[in-house]
Amino acid sequence: MTHKSVNPFSLGLVRGLIGLIIASPLGIGLVSVLLAAQGQEWLVGKFWFTEPAWVLGAVFGSVGFLIGVGAFNDWVKVALGEEVHETHEADPSLPSWTRYYNFSLDHKVIGVQYAVTCLIMFSFAGLFALIFRTELIQTGLQYMTADFYNTMMSLHGIVMIMAILLGLAAMMNYLVPLMIGANDMAFPRLNAFAFWINVPSGIALLSSIFLGGFDTGWVGYPPLSVRAPLGMQMFFLGVYLFGLSSILGALNIIATIVRCRAQGMTPFKMPIFVWTALATAIISLTATQLIALSFQMVMFQRLLGMGFFDPAKGGDVILFQHLFWFYSHPAVYVFVLPGLGMISELLPVFTRKPLFGYKWVALSSIAIALVGFFVWAHHMFTSGMQEFLRVPFQYSTLLVAVPTGVKFFSWVATLWRGKISFETPMLFILGAIVVFLTGGLSGPPNGTVATDLHLHDTYFIVGHFHATMFGGFVFPFFAALYYWYPKVTGRMYNERLGQLHFWLLLPGFILQSFGQMFVGLLGMRRRIADYDPSLNIEQPNILVTIAGLVIGLSFIIFVFNMLYSAKRGVVSAANPWRSRSPEWLLPTPLPVHNYPQPLEVLGEPYDYGLAGSTYVRVNPQSAAAD
Amino acid sequence: MKHVIGVIVFIVVLASAAWGALNVNLLLPAQASQQAQPIDSLFNLQFKLVAVLFGLIAGILLYSVIFFRRKKGDETDGPHITGNTPLEITWTTIPFLLVIGLSLIGSQALAETLRVDPRAIEVKVTGQQWSWRFEYPAYGITSDVLYMPLNKQVLFKITSIDVIHSFWVPEFRVKQDAVPGRVDELRVTASKIGEYSLVCAEICGTKHANMASVVKVISQEDFTAWVAGELGATVANPADRGAKWLKQYGCLACHSVDGSKMVGPSFQGLYARQEEMESGATVSADDAYLIESIRQPAKQVVKGFPNAMPPAAGEALTDVQIQDIIEYIKTLK
Repeated sequence: MTHKSVNPFSLGLVRGLIGLIIASPLGIGLVSVLLAAQGQEWLVGKFWFTEPAWVLGAVFGSVGFLIGVGAFNDWVKVALGEEVHETHEADPSLPSWTRYYNFSLDHKVIGVQYAVTCLIMFSFAGLFALIFRTELIQTGLQYMTADFYNTMMSLHGIVMIMAILLGLAAMMNYLVPLMIGANDMAFPRLNAFAFWINVPSGIALLSSIFLGGFDTGWVGYPPLSVRAPLGMQMFFLGVYLFGLSSILGALNIIATIVRCRAQGMTPFKMPIFVWTALATAIISLTATQLIALSFQMVMFQRLLGMGFFDPAKGGDVILFQHLFWFYSHPAVYVFVLPGLGMISELLPVFTRKPLFGYKWVALSSIAIALVGFFVWAHHMFTSGMQEFLRVPFQYSTLLVAVPTGVKFFSWVATLWRGKISFETPMLFILGAIVVFLTGGLSGPPNGTVATDLHLHDTYFIVGHFHATMFGGFVFPFFAALYYWYPKVTGRMYNERLGQLHFWLLLPGFILQSFGQMFVGLLGMRRRIADYDPSLNIEQPNILVTIAGLVIGLSFIIFVFNMLYSAKRGVVSAANPWRSRSPEWLLPTPLPVHNYPQPLEVLGEPYDYGLAGSTYVRVNPQSAAAD
Repeated sequence: MKHVIGVIVFIVVLASAAWGALNVNLLLPAQASQQAQPIDSLFNLQFKLVAVLFGLIAGILLYSVIFFRRKKGDETDGPHITGNTPLEITWTTIPFLLVIGLSLIGSQALAETLRVDPRAIEVKVTGQQWSWRFEYPAYGITSDVLYMPLNKQVLFKITSIDVIHSFWVPEFRVKQDAVPGRVDELRVTASKIGEYSLVCAEICGTKHANMASVVKVISQEDFTAWVAGELGATVANPADRGAKWLKQYGCLACHSVDGSKMVGPSFQGLYARQEEMESGATVSADDAYLIESIRQPAKQVVKGFPNAMPPAAGEALTDVQIQDIIEYIKTLK
């Protein structure tokens, strides 16, 4: 495919990077000049390389990027009283592929931007995992220093978390407006802004490798994070930026679901995925501030000598953990709820049966989100927080099992007596249920205080957490990518490669997480660069590493499938899954403003098997004429 | 009806397989404390519960996947079943009761691990990057090896002088973070004679993976003998005392005595050597410099060894102890 040549400066991404390169030295220079003007002695000899200079440099660079990409253009125009375009694209005269590199306001373009950025960050984070897992094949340090190991391990965690948030945003951005019959998100400019912040965020996170790294794990507990190298600050800044993206995105999702539904799309007639998007957005909107706050306090402690977490200055180390986990536990429900929604969304299509107990499943998501706010201190059972807090948090933690159980029972009840077919998306959905089941069932031993005293900070937690993330996000996300691939590209993915991807990933993953739980029970601590040979856990560790490599291989096959099928795939039918959902009733490629005529809601979303029922009607003529 | 019998068979088979695989004796390390007993019982109960729930969900899933496949060319939909409220209420209520019951049992197990023996002996545990130190206030003994008498409760008072560490002996099961600025308690009654490893479970920097101390559980007689030996062992030679302080106060976690490069400079041949500082100046490592480097480690830092020494590390040492250490360093030619 040849593109007509395009001026690189017409691409927002290129302009943004130039903005970043110009603005960063300005920030570094400003701090250096100010500090030099104060005549600070300790600066001599490392003039440009002080920590405050780099932090402000990174802040300036991020703003420079956003200015370059054009994120502020419309808002500045509005402030000056000028007219702004109501089109989605900054410059509609450019060829259509350029919109993916520009400040596009189209939620479908932004959804694809999120998905691709997610897969890029996912690849980085996976690569980091393979690098440090290689070190664990044998006891002793063979290939790397302990500091490099710690940096890789810490970055794996946080970059993966960023990738997950990007993946969620991809699904929610692309699907929510289509599913509720809206023409776009409630605030398209804010939506694009929220996406583009992630680029400087990712650059900041990855730059930490070159700035000394950091050795705290993704949790960044002080006082260790106060003493860590400069890379720590880039970590804080990166999290701060993608956290902002998460908050703004959540605001937009809630506003869209509340205000932009089509006529007749009452709450209990929404596709079930929308319910989980709502639940997840409620958590993101209200809890993300706390992780930002906790990291900001450490940042200020490092930069300005404030004593928030310094016992010598009256600070409290445990306070950080409360602030941190108040977001970071609900965050895991942010990560899994849309994935669980995806399971509920696709099961009816591939079983040709209604979703069992729609209202119960819908409300269970809200219940998980709410209970999730009252469980954070189960991460702190050994931390030395007030002892009387431990048992109440044990009760609240185990309560999460109730709404989660409702989901599992409803899923298997949906499968029961269905007419099940096994295309790639369905395989990933079934895999998600199995893997999330192992993740869920390994949860209660961490939830009861007594057993957690043994399990806390071991590889058992690592295995449990990865099982919930793969079952709750990775498998459903892959299912969604395969399922909507024909809608996004107009072509079908390669079914054989899709099946191969699944049959490598599922056993690979189960071996990996069971291996992790096994060595953890036996006493292997998490976040260690080396382990004691006397534990006799070398063989399971070799298996875990091999399983990790198999997962990596399956991912490469997946990426190849996506790229290859976009060009060579069979042109897909308009509705290859015979779905009732509104987006499948629209032509491919989707019209710019989704529904030229308002969507009409006529029935229930999942009435498969009910003769003569329809969920929605889109006016085909006007859609085609768009 | 045929399907109901079939699925029950699947559930029973899968649950039994999981029940057999989840064996506490195979999956947990040896048990060496009284506190481990209620914890292992709770593990056992949880494993059984997990096996049953796994069998239930996975059994229905597996059965459906095998017996409810769509026939080739069948374009019709499945039966129109939208839900069943009594069923939903059942699978909300039963898990709720299970959860409350498990929490109750779990709280009792926790209470068992916290049971106080008023005659417990106290041991102060101090974590630092990257070593542990144990003080027995009743005897005035400090040690880098943790000695515990059999079947006698030890009350650990745990703290840290730099970052967060975590006190964990897998065979004892229980765990407690060592937090700077706080003293937290943990009670352990060792129940099996042997040698164990006390490790740090909370990431604490570069050498976190290697932060470990030997734990020796010995009989009451051996413990009494050890205490007597320690108290009688007045070391006459200052250099020998210095060697002991270096070990006890965790200095050797970062400084070698044989010239090998670790986090801090080696002590071998250090005395009176000309050392190049970060600032570019050259300083002779004499008494004055060594005292200063222990008391104020950040003041003059040797080139190539960025300061990683906790400021509180030197505060625990008396002037006499520091002098002993210098005497010892002098002997490391």
